[in-house]
Amino acid sequence: MSKLLMKGNDAIVRGAILAGCRIYFGYPITPASEIAESAARYMPRVGGTFLQAESEIASINMVYGAAGGGVRVMTASSGPGISLKQEGISYAAGSELPCVIVDIMRGGPGLGNIAPEQSDYNQVVKGGGHGNFKCPVLAPNSVQEMSDLTQLAFEIAEKYRTPVYVLADGYTGQMMEAVEFGEPFTNVPKQDWAVYGDAESKHNLISSIYLDPEELEEHNRKLQQKYENIKQNEVRVEEFMLDDAEYVVVGYGIVSRVLKTTVERLRSQGLKFGLLRPITLFPFPEKRIIELAKMAKKFLAVEMSNGQMVEDIRLAVNGSRPVEFYGRMGGVVPTAAELVERCQNLVKKEN
Amino acid sequence: MASKVLQKPASFYDTYERNPSTDKKMPHYCPGCGHGNVHKFIAEALDNYELADRTIFISPVGCSVFGYYYFDTGNIQAAHGRAPAVATGIKRAHPHSIVISYQGDGDLAAIGTAEILHAANRGENITVFFINNAIYGMTGGQMAPTTLETQKTTTTPTGRNARNEGYPVKVAELISQLEAPVYVERVALFDNKHRSRARMAVRKAIKNQADHLGFSLVEILSPCPSGWKMDPVDSLHWIKDVMMNQFPLGVYKDNTKEVEPYEAPKMQLSDEEIKQAIEIIPDTEKEFKKTEYAERYANPEIKVAGFGGQGVLLLGAALAQAGLLENYNVSWLPSYGPEMRGGTANCHVNVRNIPVGSPVVNDPTVLIALNRPSLEKFEPVVVKNGLIIYDTSLIDIEVQRDDVEVLAIPATEMADKLGNTRTANMIAMAAFAGYTGIFNRETLKETLKTAIKRKKLLAINEKAVDEGYEFGKSKRPS
Repeated sequence: MSKLLMKGNDAIVRGAILAGCRIYFGYPITPASEIAESAARYMPRVGGTFLQAESEIASINMVYGAAGGGVRVMTASSGPGISLKQEGISYAAGSELPCVIVDIMRGGPGLGNIAPEQSDYNQVVKGGGHGNFKCPVLAPNSVQEMSDLTQLAFEIAEKYRTPVYVLADGYTGQMMEAVEFGEPFTNVPKQDWAVYGDAESKHNLISSIYLDPEELEEHNRKLQQKYENIKQNEVRVEEFMLDDAEYVVVGYGIVSRVLKTTVERLRSQGLKFGLLRPITLFPFPEKRIIELAKMAKKFLAVEMSNGQMVEDIRLAVNGSRPVEFYGRMGGVVPTAAELVERCQNLVKKEN
Repeated sequence: MASKVLQKPASFYDTYERNPSTDKKMPHYCPGCGHGNVHKFIAEALDNYELADRTIFISPVGCSVFGYYYFDTGNIQAAHGRAPAVATGIKRAHPHSIVISYQGDGDLAAIGTAEILHAANRGENITVFFINNAIYGMTGGQMAPTTLETQKTTTTPTGRNARNEGYPVKVAELISQLEAPVYVERVALFDNKHRSRARMAVRKAIKNQADHLGFSLVEILSPCPSGWKMDPVDSLHWIKDVMMNQFPLGVYKDNTKEVEPYEAPKMQLSDEEIKQAIEIIPDTEKEFKKTEYAERYANPEIKVAGFGGQGVLLLGAALAQAGLLENYNVSWLPSYGPEMRGGTANCHVNVRNIPVGSPVVNDPTVLIALNRPSLEKFEPVVVKNGLIIYDTSLIDIEVQRDDVEVLAIPATEMADKLGNTRTANMIAMAAFAGYTGIFNRETLKETLKTAIKRKKLLAINEKAVDEGYEFGKSKRPS
């Protein structure tokens, strides 16, 4: 047996270490704390550093400092902590620093609860901090992907010099599934922009200040070009039974798993449903949705939120097809039975 | 010799190309400002100790936000108040570097209070220069945490009133109370003698870091003629005659003679050592064959519930591990958070031939209940023709439904007879396997190697598996 049974949160840390990450700064919060605990256990064993900071704000600024040093570095939290990190993430985006931020979403707003929600979509995907920036967002839906996408996050972060989010929910973080790991990556390349504390790199400056309006505009244009490149190159989706689908359900993370079961059941009833699961939330699979809108009759977005991703689907569909929304909040995970019923109603309304 | 004194330190850039001003030779600071003095002391020290190449200067928010115009070192600009956290990050990434965190009073003693306190408390091997001019200079003269009582600023127009704004924060005193810092001194810039003392303090604080001694902080009472609306000469008098009364100069802490230098050890691991260190090599490479069992038990969606401390989560995890070993698709989802602290615990386990959709088990096909509240709570949601396994030693009621299969097992009594009550969970787990025929007994025993952390408990849990399995098998419907 080459697989291990492991929690999603634990798999993230293993994935990060295999990706060459050797520094973790964090602050405990349910349901993300196992990430900090795993990092505390394993980072020192591989010659790395784990540091529990005094706050989320401090931890993201420590990430900023280490990222300025060109090393692979990460932090993790949940909604309330991500809100606090937004300041530092804006600075990292402005200073073009690669780093990985994991958000294990819980119920909100405010203290909310610790059950799984997907209500951080807006603050994570739309760039919750100040300024004209976005961060690539990877949304795993299994423990295997918690590891795999964390590794990919480091690659994307470095390739584009940007903070990258891994966005999952409390259940994906807490559940155990089988996971298989690859070989360690240890040759983190030396970056020509980073500050290493040596003569070669000492003329480098990590900063987000551009006092002159024209210069700041130019910097912002450069950032937008980067986001455009990311849109061109980094869109990832999983598709299930979409080829002849008349109805397209869209969901990410844990919801996409329930939707897959839902689609299977609907297909067995002869209803032509298909699933589009965005793996990247930014870049969002707009092009694929535009294509699907040409053949599908209707879209249904399912989220564990008040309907945040659905806005991106509506923007892509641009009024050409109805886009309906079904959401659960507060930590309630929709069941396949409930979604099957909802989808059947969609068809009934159509007829 | 005189020519040497006047020479610009090599640790400054020759011309300040990053300064957008047309004059690339002059700093951006106001006439009479103290930043120039401190910058020079730092640059001279870096020259003197030949540290500039290794140095990373953290510019804060405040007038020194453009510190990177001047220092021919690595430069990082930080968010307001966060310089000590940024310094921590880069120092931990590159421990050989010399990290200087340079902060003003608003930055360090107001918005960044947490960051400085904790960087100091951790004893980060960094050097902090704290420029205290009792005012927010860059934003135009608002109150600082170090603004003196009765001092007028744009946000204390009638003078700082302790009843409303509190008292000036005394940073050197505060930081020196902590265990970890090795050197804390307050100096002032108003005459040659005191500037000389300040210069020595700056040098010492940098040298401490190069010597791996730990955290040093120098607080510098520094003139801000623009913010204070005084001419430069009056500003110097004000430091001496007014400011110093509330901020006494002196060495507040100096452990540098006593502390041992510390450098974190470096580690080089092979790929194989990394994989071992992070525990991603499975315990066994053995393959375990699936059993044959009645179709109605296939793809069980299991809910395990009981008191916290009964090993409910472990029972579920062992079932999932057994499923993994026999090459099923499995998932295990615990109740987590406050629910775990006392009270009831439960977990959801899927063991499926097809991929697991939702890991949440809302309508279990199998309920394993280890206490009465769990049976009462979950009995109604078990699917028709499902299976309920419950511990009759602890549950004094019977299953009410007649449309489900029931396996009543005195698991806790059986565990007590074995000599360890805590093995009741493994007895119940094995009873499930014995009753349904899902899982080989050997597979269950293999899972114990992963599930049972204390190896001396392995033997008794193996017995528990045998007992439970036999009990379940003896009740298996023919």
